[in-house]
Amino acid sequence: MKTKLLKLIVMAGLLLIGSAVVNAAPGVAPVNNELYAEECGTCHFAYQPGLLPARSWKKIMAGLEDHFGENAELEDADRAKLEAYLTENAGDHSDYKRSKKLMRSIKSGAIPLRISKIPYFVKEHREVPRGALKHDKVRSISNCDACHTTAAKGRFGERGINIPGHGKWED
Amino acid sequence: MNNNVLMMMAMAGMLVINVEAYASEVELLQSEYQNQGAEPFSAAAGEKMWRQQYIDKKSGKQRSCQTCHGEDLTMSGKHARTGKVIDPLARSVNSERLTKVKFMKKWLKRNCKWTIGRECSAQEKGDFLAYLKGL
Repeated sequence: MKTKLLKLIVMAGLLLIGSAVVNAAPGVAPVNNELYAEECGTCHFAYQPGLLPARSWKKIMAGLEDHFGENAELEDADRAKLEAYLTENAGDHSDYKRSKKLMRSIKSGAIPLRISKIPYFVKEHREVPRGALKHDKVRSISNCDACHTTAAKGRFGERGINIPGHGKWED
Repeated sequence: MNNNVLMMMAMAGMLVINVEAYASEVELLQSEYQNQGAEPFSAAAGEKMWRQQYIDKKSGKQRSCQTCHGEDLTMSGKHARTGKVIDPLARSVNSERLTKVKFMKKWLKRNCKWTIGRECSAQEKGDFLAYLKGL
């Protein structure tokens, strides 16, 4: 009887710890802007504003006519609204864990246009298996949610990784 | 049971809304282009431009609308570079198409520039819409 009770208590404790880990704050603040989700998320993963510093977002939003080789022009009013949303919530204005790590790794004065070139990002992806990017469901390192199943929630932890053609991430 | 009936009513309602939105929005946009001095629109001219190949100055490669939208507009297309799935353009299988002026303007502008290398004229845009309306 006593051992049963103990077991129960231990299990409840483990459950609590487990759910606390799962429910820990996301690494970057999730997107909470409908216009952004619609206008930017239609073509690619809606990168959270906290993944780049404000100066990067400004530069990107000033060059939408050639947006990494695509034309992504917006109406002036929408462009202005989105730039405000992105810069106000940019990584250098964020207290979230991964935003801070990304920002700290950027050389002062640098204006990265690609999240995937930020030193912290590069370091975290150095173990991506060879060939993983060639998979038809991945195609590019910029396709966050191809492997990070909880990317849209701002969660990029190892537990959420499932690489098409390779499977779940295990250390 | 009740839920099913409700669902069906909601779906019928959405269909009605989409049909009406389509009729008003696409015609609204065409009349806007007409007022910019275009001749009556031609689906045949739109189709011809749709299928035509253009050379991209930067890459030297051929591009057409079909590069991303595919040859059969009742099927999904696939973005040439990103691989993003593009829902069918034909209204016969996708009633959401041609229902929003803002959306149509945005993509006519972007895609003319990407594909042809310049903005399309009011005439050309109206012709494209005339072609797409009939699908």
